[in-house]
Amino acid sequence: MMGSKSYGDIPGTTVFDAEQSRKGYHLNMFCMSLMKAPNRERFKADERAYLDEWAMTPEQKQAVLARDYNRMIALGGNIYFLAKIFATDGRSFQYAAALMTGMNQEDYARMMLNGGRAYEPVGSDKPKPKEGV
Amino acid sequence: MARVTAGISCSHVPAIGAAIDLGKVREPYWAPLFAGFEFSKQWIAANTPDVVFLVYNDHATAFSLDVIPTFAIGCAPEFAPADEGWGARPVPMVRGAPELAAHIAENVIQADFDLTIVNRMDVDHGLTVPLSLMFGQPKSWPCLVIPFAVNVVQYPPPSGNRCYQLGKAIRRAIDGFDQDLKVQVWGTGGMSHQLQGPRAGLINKEFDSKFMDGMVNDPEALTRIPREQYLREAGSEGIELVMWLIMRGALEGPVREVHRFYHVPASNTAVGHLILEPAT
Repeated sequence: MMGSKSYGDIPGTTVFDAEQSRKGYHLNMFCMSLMKAPNRERFKADERAYLDEWAMTPEQKQAVLARDYNRMIALGGNIYFLAKIFATDGRSFQYAAALMTGMNQEDYARMMLNGGRAYEPVGSDKPKPKEGV
Repeated sequence: MARVTAGISCSHVPAIGAAIDLGKVREPYWAPLFAGFEFSKQWIAANTPDVVFLVYNDHATAFSLDVIPTFAIGCAPEFAPADEGWGARPVPMVRGAPELAAHIAENVIQADFDLTIVNRMDVDHGLTVPLSLMFGQPKSWPCLVIPFAVNVVQYPPPSGNRCYQLGKAIRRAIDGFDQDLKVQVWGTGGMSHQLQGPRAGLINKEFDSKFMDGMVNDPEALTRIPREQYLREAGSEGIELVMWLIMRGALEGPVREVHRFYHVPASNTAVGHLILEPAT
């Protein structure tokens, strides 16, 4: 579990490590198959049937059908693989990023133009309070 | 003998490639970014290398989860621009430098860096976007390219220190190659960015600025940044910055900062760019 790892406390972040990679192997390899145009066509024609060709869990398939990228990441998806899904949908990285933050794309794009999301230290990267202060 | 004449660092955002390919470089959103590379294009026209040793990462293109090499050196005579899911970029075929690549592989492996040798590989935006930013849209690239792919997709990637030491070993290998070649080493990716989850859109200008300072003046200090600090402070994808340290290791010693550029945003990412020359 991400919670038991030293990097588990980074807010809004799932680190794609060996455990996530193992969990998401079939999900990510399904994504990889969408790099070929004939596969994209078959997927678009019948998403459910195409997904059923892969040894993915029902939860993973449901997350793909719902285009729930945060859920796909929780279930082992990696963003560079998941990118093949939103590319197939004709969507950009910025569209997907906005979706995952829960912002609409316009607000997200404005946030980026204004310098992006500010870094806020949490947990172990918070500056230690000085003694006697 | 071959020699390292300069190091270049540069982000490799896919949307930059799309802006070039679709002729959007003069649009208000993109113009300030491309303005930062005007100097670089002129500089490289006057300082064109024979070979670019191009450090980048593959984005689930040539390498899936079936094989994940930590360091992979491209030894083929040519590398095709990849179809990443929306058709291949309309850019020239990348011509390799098989003799020099094989020489570097042999020497670096004997120096205890266990590279994976790749003889067939398509190259994605990680490699072609920096070429486009530096060379524009020529009919063919004006130099040979040795692709050098680093795993930064599955955690843990190699440490910054490992990358820096590897850069030094690559430098020694290039110095020992018996042909009169000008070689540039490019480190691509970064700067701060996060593409996933509720924290997507993270940008840390302070981290980026200190990192660029360190690249020029104190790379040893950068080699002590632990992996987790990149994840926390530069974002989950900002850890690509370890690749810049391969370039800096290959320059060794003091450098002269020829050009620096920083711009936010390109899509979700802070774009950073340095041109460094050996000070001597």
